[in-house]
Amino acid sequence: MKKTFVALAFFTAVAFGPAGAWAADYKVGDMTIHSPWARATFAMAKTGVAYVTIRNEGSQADRLVAASADVAKKVGLHESLMEDGVMKMRPAGAIEIPAGGMAMLEPGGYHIMFMGLVAPFKEGESFPLTLVFERAGQVDVVVDVLKDGSMGDEKMKHAD
Amino acid sequence: MPRRIVILALLVVAVISGALVLNFARPVRDLPSVSSSISIGGAFTLVDHDGRTVTDADYRGRYTLIFFGYTYCPDVCPTTMQNISDAMDLLGASADQVQPLFVSVDPERDTAEVLKSFVGNFHPRMIGLTGSAEQLAAVAKAYKVYFQKVQEEGAADDEYLMNHSSIVYLMDPDGEFVAHFTHGTTSDDMAAGIRKHL
Repeated sequence: MKKTFVALAFFTAVAFGPAGAWAADYKVGDMTIHSPWARATFAMAKTGVAYVTIRNEGSQADRLVAASADVAKKVGLHESLMEDGVMKMRPAGAIEIPAGGMAMLEPGGYHIMFMGLVAPFKEGESFPLTLVFERAGQVDVVVDVLKDGSMGDEKMKHAD
Repeated sequence: MPRRIVILALLVVAVISGALVLNFARPVRDLPSVSSSISIGGAFTLVDHDGRTVTDADYRGRYTLIFFGYTYCPDVCPTTMQNISDAMDLLGASADQVQPLFVSVDPERDTAEVLKSFVGNFHPRMIGLTGSAEQLAAVAKAYKVYFQKVQEEGAADDEYLMNHSSIVYLMDPDGEFVAHFTHGTTSDDMAAGIRKHL
């Protein structure tokens, strides 16, 4: 009986332990920050990118106004947008999280841009990132690095 | 009302109506929807990721998948690069007939060394190309590709961004246009789109 319990506990830890670690949620004020992830970069890359989903459970809109990390010289909020088949990337200013709604930073849209990488982002590694909200204040999160070109699917799979 | 103005007004109306009629009468196949009637592709001279000067003739005999971008772009370009790589994997043995080419429109930062590091991160058969401003202008013109350097206010000189066409072209072994894939085409759809031409 005891053996079974230990085995079961071990199985549970193996099966759900890593998933729990992946599905990191962070809270600050009314904001819940879900599963921050970045893309691995090539060895000589000067830039990197991170994505995150932010949910606002409050009754007032908030705005993500800045991000900072020591993995790059400069960290900014950027957006990619398509106009007549031409892909453009530009600084995004602030990103609004509507009351009771969410903001999704994901490939091809809003993203956190790292310029002047101190070292390339390597798959399987992680790094700390600080997100600054206009109302909720700031929160430190840990960003998991997935493979380059990832769309975050493997992260979401782990998070479920 | 002076007669001259009336005549002028009538003329304007006539021209506009004429233009409208012609526009509606134009057969659908002439619309600029990247049909085969539009010439895409042609001769180019560029430098590959090993620093060798190459021309379009070097890639004859195989289909080419050609995409324009820049390595300083961490969001959109890697998505397309990954889709191309996954499509190559999905093609299995048929992938031998296809040569993926990534043309950097940012030769200032994308040296051969940087290009090699970038393309090697995606698919072992991917070749990175770039060239002088003149060479890039010529290939962009041939492929109807647009690109422009954007220097944001307050950004350092080497932190500029590029606007660029996001289309992926499939060219046949003679260098003739076959098909195109818009940004966001999944690797499954891309592989299927390539396979039907092989």
